[in-house]
Amino acid sequence: MAAFGSFALLLALALAAYNLFAGTAALRLLASGRPARISADRLADTARRAGIASFVAVTAAAVALAWSALTNDFTITYIAEHSNRALPAPYKFAALWSGQEGSLLLWAWLLGGYGFILRLTHETEVKLYAYAGTILAAVEVFFLAVVNFAAPPFSLLKGAIPDDGNGLNPLLQYPEMVIHPPLLYLGYVGFTIPFAFALGALMMRYPGETWIKVTRRWTLVSWLFLTLGIVVGMHWAYGVLGWGGYWGWDPVENASLMPWLTGTAFLHSVVMQERKGMMKSWNIWLIFATFMLSILGTLLTRGGLVSSVHAFAQSSLGTWFMVFLAIVLAVCVLTYIFKRNHLKSEQRIESLVSRESSFLFNNLVLLTACFVILWGTLFPILSEFVEGSKITVGAPFFDRVAVPIGIFLLFLTGVGPLLPWRAASLQAIRRNFLLPALAVWATVIGGITAGVQPWQDGAFDIGRLYALVAFALAAGVLTAILSEFLRGARVIVRQTSCNLFAAIYLLIRRNTRRYGGYCVHIGVVVAMIGLAGAAFNRSMESELALHDRMGIGPYTLENAGGSQDTNTNYNSESVLLDVYRGGKRVFQVAPERRTYLASDQPQTMAAIHSGPGGDLYVIYEGTDSDTGHPIIKALLNPLVGWIWTGLVFIVFGTLVALTPGLRPIAATVRMPAVRTAPAEAALKGGD
Amino acid sequence: MATPLRFTSWAKALQAIALVVAVTLSMGTSNDSGRVYDLSHRLMCTCGCAQMLGECNQMGCAESARAKAELTAAIASGKTDRQILDTFAAKYGATVLAAPTTKGFDLVAWIAPVAVFAAALMGTILLVRRWSVGRTQLPAEPANPEIDALREQIRRETEAGIEGGF
Repeated sequence: MAAFGSFALLLALALAAYNLFAGTAALRLLASGRPARISADRLADTARRAGIASFVAVTAAAVALAWSALTNDFTITYIAEHSNRALPAPYKFAALWSGQEGSLLLWAWLLGGYGFILRLTHETEVKLYAYAGTILAAVEVFFLAVVNFAAPPFSLLKGAIPDDGNGLNPLLQYPEMVIHPPLLYLGYVGFTIPFAFALGALMMRYPGETWIKVTRRWTLVSWLFLTLGIVVGMHWAYGVLGWGGYWGWDPVENASLMPWLTGTAFLHSVVMQERKGMMKSWNIWLIFATFMLSILGTLLTRGGLVSSVHAFAQSSLGTWFMVFLAIVLAVCVLTYIFKRNHLKSEQRIESLVSRESSFLFNNLVLLTACFVILWGTLFPILSEFVEGSKITVGAPFFDRVAVPIGIFLLFLTGVGPLLPWRAASLQAIRRNFLLPALAVWATVIGGITAGVQPWQDGAFDIGRLYALVAFALAAGVLTAILSEFLRGARVIVRQTSCNLFAAIYLLIRRNTRRYGGYCVHIGVVVAMIGLAGAAFNRSMESELALHDRMGIGPYTLENAGGSQDTNTNYNSESVLLDVYRGGKRVFQVAPERRTYLASDQPQTMAAIHSGPGGDLYVIYEGTDSDTGHPIIKALLNPLVGWIWTGLVFIVFGTLVALTPGLRPIAATVRMPAVRTAPAEAALKGGD
Repeated sequence: MATPLRFTSWAKALQAIALVVAVTLSMGTSNDSGRVYDLSHRLMCTCGCAQMLGECNQMGCAESARAKAELTAAIASGKTDRQILDTFAAKYGATVLAAPTTKGFDLVAWIAPVAVFAAALMGTILLVRRWSVGRTQLPAEPANPEIDALREQIRRETEAGIEGGF
């Protein structure tokens, strides 16, 4: 199987290289218009078919590696290092992306998959697709070269073949691990497609905004996958890392957030280009940056540039990615310099207070957030370079700098959609902002009355202030969005006499992009409420002998005993804790400690009980060395569930936005007779 | 006729926001009861887990238990937060601090984001203002109540229409 897999990878590389060189030659022939022995169209078609075949070959390699994992083929180094016989089948499959070589193969396979779809749908815009397909082939050649020469997944184990493998990292033996990396990679890799179209359109001076229309769905799908990947990763971290949080501003987490931010900025600013022919250069650079940040993320993950809690897949691949990144940057800069005349804006922003301006500020804030994260992530390297010693840039830095930016972004989420295009009048502002402003102030007053004050025990707490501001802004944004829905629905009710729910459904169907976008905004706001809730987290740690109790919030936890278990994969030890509320036993939790047999590595499994008031998160930290009693840490995390609920809205909204809308209604309005102006009469041929 | 908002009122609003942010950022918790928690979230664990001291949950991590005990003892001895952080940095190296300090080159870490944001914000405002000022003004149309009423009707009826979205 190893030989088959290696051959398939070599074949895939050869086919992708043919796609690149034949595609480039065909495009040069087309551009020059010179006659040749082989027609440019036929050459381009062979290149396209080679790209399709390359995907088939890389699929064969991926299947070979999966088969090797499932059949415990420990002659392959990668399988011996990342799997073992007792590992459950889904995790054996997940072992494909738990190590360096496998995850790069997954990347190459997904890239091939996206390319496969692109090359099959080439008939809509043949020349543009040929450019995009060739650029995509260049990226494929790089990744296939990496998995063939720098990180081969099928290299054979030297020496005696072990009876069993080392097993999978315990942190990765969690259900989300099976889906989190593929989702994240689908997002990262997906941005290669709009990048290829943008670069191709620029190279060929493609007229109009068609490339944006062609890539809109690709971009949205990639963005959705990246969002899903990030949030599922947060859920995984929350469940498995056992510290009660979901985001630690780790460099690898940051690496996933940066392309998400620029991708989000791109999704907003392309609206300006579609509607107004503005921000053409900006959009091109946004998508270039998104792609390059995806590669930078991989460089950070693989290259060992920065230390990370996710450091299970580092190596010396950094040089490969740095060279590739430098080449991509050079190609982008040179293409832009030579073709930038093609990107002149057709219109300009007329007023600082307008929808156009809000898009600009939205982009400004998103890119500032991206810069802050990039800056914080790379500052330790810069510090080492300048001062000779590394420093740590951790959560306190990011919390202090990024949280205000996030709050400002929340503010813009509410303001932007309420502003009219071109310029806003005071009257329009009053009309659109009255209700949201009332909601903001009502939430501030209600919040302070309910105990959400920015001070605690007489001391000022900036986290609580941020939370209060975030809740208030969230209320304002939700009010603004809901009033938009109601205003549109009322018009439909008047027109069709249907009920309000049917009107809302029809409203969404008529303009899926607009109202899908609003649903995504609702999701973001809901998730922000969940994030702001972290200011009210509480924790308690205690040593609990049998029948001892500890209290946290409305709950009381009582040690009801312990249990031990063993299976072929791990031994486990758990503490059974009865949870009381108001004197009544309401449920039981069983935080656990596992020791995985193959790797002899320990792992904490937190017990999480989610309720309407928040999550009760319980960790079994170990036993006291003197007394032998278990040490229990309990956290009460209010509003965490809102983050996951927000994701549901985001997914729903994006799917709505991806759905083609109904044709817009043709409004018939009776025009009053207007006396024709002399100039107009002249144009019509009057005398 | 539409009355565009004046730039100065926006500038004042932004100044007010900047002031509020600056004041709030300059304030910190002074609650002694939470100092162990607070300081353990400003220090990194030295066991190599890349987590903050207060959050290290590595099984059998002796480093975090020892460091937390040191921290508690330092607070009990009456040291200020700054003195405790300096002591830890001197003992374990600068990487034990979870965030850059506000001295020397570390200060650049804090200044750069604010400077970049301020520069980008000012640049954007000036650019939009230049565009809006340089725009060719069309002659105002004569007022026509019928046309105005019609425009308002169209605006209302097409609010459910096709603009916007992503």
